Amino acid sequence: MNAAAEAFLREAAATAANGELHQIVRKGVEHYDAAVERGRARFLDWEAARQRCRKIKREAIDRLDLYLEEFERRVNERGGHVFWAETAEDACRYVTDLAARAGVRTVVKSKSMVSEEIRLNAALETRGIKVWETDLGEFIVQLREEPPFHIVTPAMHLTRRQIAALFREKLGGVQTEDPQELTAVARRELRRAFFSAEMGVTGANFLVADSGAIAITTNEGNARLCSSLPRIHVAIAGIEKVIPRAEDLALLWPVLATAGTGQAITCYNTLVTGPRTASEPDGPEEFHVVLLDNGRSRLLADPEQREVLHCIRCGACLNACPVFRTIGGHAYGTIYSGPIGSVLTPHLRGLAEFQHLSFASSLCGACAVVCPVKIDLPRHLLQNRRNAIAAGLRPAQERTGFRLWRWAMENDRRFTMFGWAARFGWKMARRAGLAGTALDPARRWTKAREMPEIPRHSFRALWRKTHGAG
Amino acid sequence: MKEVALFIPCFVDQLLPEIGMDMARVLQRAGCAVNFFEEQTCCGQPAFNSGYWQDARPLAERFVRVFSRAEAVVCPSGSCTAMVRRFYPDLLAGTPAAEEAKRLAERVFEFSEFLVNVAGVTDIGASFPHRVTYHDACHTLRELGIREEPRRLLRGVRGLTLVEMANAEECCGFGGTFSTKFPMISAAMGETKAAGAERAGAEYVTSTDPSCLLQLDGILRRRKSQVRTIHLASILARTEADGTNSGNQE
Ligand code: SF4
Repeated sequence: MNAAAEAFLREAAATAANGELHQIVRKGVEHYDAAVERGRARFLDWEAARQRCRKIKREAIDRLDLYLEEFERRVNERGGHVFWAETAEDACRYVTDLAARAGVRTVVKSKSMVSEEIRLNAALETRGIKVWETDLGEFIVQLREEPPFHIVTPAMHLTRRQIAALFREKLGGVQTEDPQELTAVARRELRRAFFSAEMGVTGANFLVADSGAIAITTNEGNARLCSSLPRIHVAIAGIEKVIPRAEDLALLWPVLATAGTGQAITCYNTLVTGPRTASEPDGPEEFHVVLLDNGRSRLLADPEQREVLHCIRCGACLNACPVFRTIGGHAYGTIYSGPIGSVLTPHLRGLAEFQHLSFASSLCGACAVVCPVKIDLPRHLLQNRRNAIAAGLRPAQERTGFRLWRWAMENDRRFTMFGWAARFGWKMARRAGLAGTALDPARRWTKAREMPEIPRHSFRALWRKTHGAG
Repeated sequence: MKEVALFIPCFVDQLLPEIGMDMARVLQRAGCAVNFFEEQTCCGQPAFNSGYWQDARPLAERFVRVFSRAEAVVCPSGSCTAMVRRFYPDLLAGTPAAEEAKRLAERVFEFSEFLVNVAGVTDIGASFPHRVTYHDACHTLRELGIREEPRRLLRGVRGLTLVEMANAEECCGFGGTFSTKFPMISAAMGETKAAGAERAGAEYVTSTDPSCLLQLDGILRRRKSQVRTIHLASILARTEADGTNSGNQE
């Protein structure tokens, strides 16, 4: 087992036993569920909306090259720059070089999972640049020096009390647990940063091909400040974020808001079309868009799993996932967690190191039901598993086990014999007092659960007795 | 009279045979002629879900062959039914068995949907004077779209009070080999579910999937809970003549 898989097992087991965390996460999810239910009811036909969103994303992904080039052309026409980053390193280098050239000392950032993916903050900090996360949740986890817990609600795992304690420790002299007052404290800190920053970094929820605009959605308005106050605005987005037309936002915006938080529409929806023009009084002097591949084009080349690129990062599948609810976001040890993380990470960062995530699911299918772009997440988990076996990434013991199992199952007499032997073996083990000990052959089951009473007869034996041989 | 062939999942055959017997009894009472093809073994789901499609495929082909002569196939597990109906097309795509599998998929039914939608039965004359909660097994609900059928059958049982859990549709954490690959996650999910059944004030939790019940039974007994598990077929097999004592896992 590799280090990532071992860490996952350890962390997941620890958080699975952490009742307090479950309570916090569950409370958040229940609140979310109620809001989303009301949100969906606002649609005349939520199913039709999902279908339509899927169609839009599919159209974009199927002709990704054309739409991206159109996007680039339009951005260039307005005086913006587009950089195609093949890897995380390429993307970081572009942004840090740009910052160094312009003498940037402070960067303000709005929420961007892609910037987490490429570890931009660390790259900027090693060049001596101070980075401020300006989304409240991101600001909190940045103070805690930990990654976001959830792709939409990064501080979901924290109580008000914990946040108050954090502010007291890190920001000095804050004596309140009132959420409004805590927010005011953060705002005061962030305002100073906004006015001193020379560069603003944002993500992009959508890249609009026909208008060369980026669409950003927030509830705090911080992305607007990041993209308008500093002299330089850099937007970073995965290449899969492109959509064909501005009018597609009429559906994608409300659907993203509903699936993400249950809102009818998120508070601030901004379209940024480029640097300040001669006739405009304000806005950034420079506008850069970094288009990140980082493994995405490999997915694009796979017709079976290409639809994973439809994802709009709404977070709905995380909230619906009973595994996520049980182990939380940090245990995954990845930037993207929950069902989409377990599907995507092996593609972005290698199947060899991250295949274990695709196995860490009961395949309950709750994620597929809520996904607003109808990604069949359980199918992709199954396909990742199949690919891991085909690539020889599972233990030889398991492989041999399944081969033997298949041999037994290919013949009903062998099946009967093996079944009998297994039942007999377990009974003997129990009689010998092995149940629950280190030698218990079923200890991976019995550690937390009782075994069923083992019946004397199999079904086929009972059937024969009552109905005669078939 | 409708002829039905029993699809007895391998683990039901070996570990929970009474569920199969109870299902056969109920089907007979519903007026079906019941057959059991002894050649059947396993549908291949454990290998398929674990990624061993190469090992699952011959078993799927074998299954299709064994059941090709059946008019209707009825299974006490929503998950195994879903394997044949929803996942065989993926698994057998491009093989000679694909066509036959597609035809078979239309004749394979989960037990409760067969009773309600095919046999047209919602009251089988059962009696079970207990407070019962229904666990929506994941594949029954989300792969087969069965939500109301088992509840309608339960409402038709004499003396039975159906109480709902707040988390009725949440996974029990079994997930096949997931339960032993990640026992701590699986068990914690089971605990959440079990707590839901307790909060609902149920004496019994029932379902259309014996594997969920295996998991919940293991969790509930370890918790020393008062709540017990029983398969839907075992409730429906109970009549007034049987008295009030019951439970397949006592
Ligand atoms: S996979 Fe679907 S549900 Fe999950 S984050 Fe992406 S769009 Fe949302």
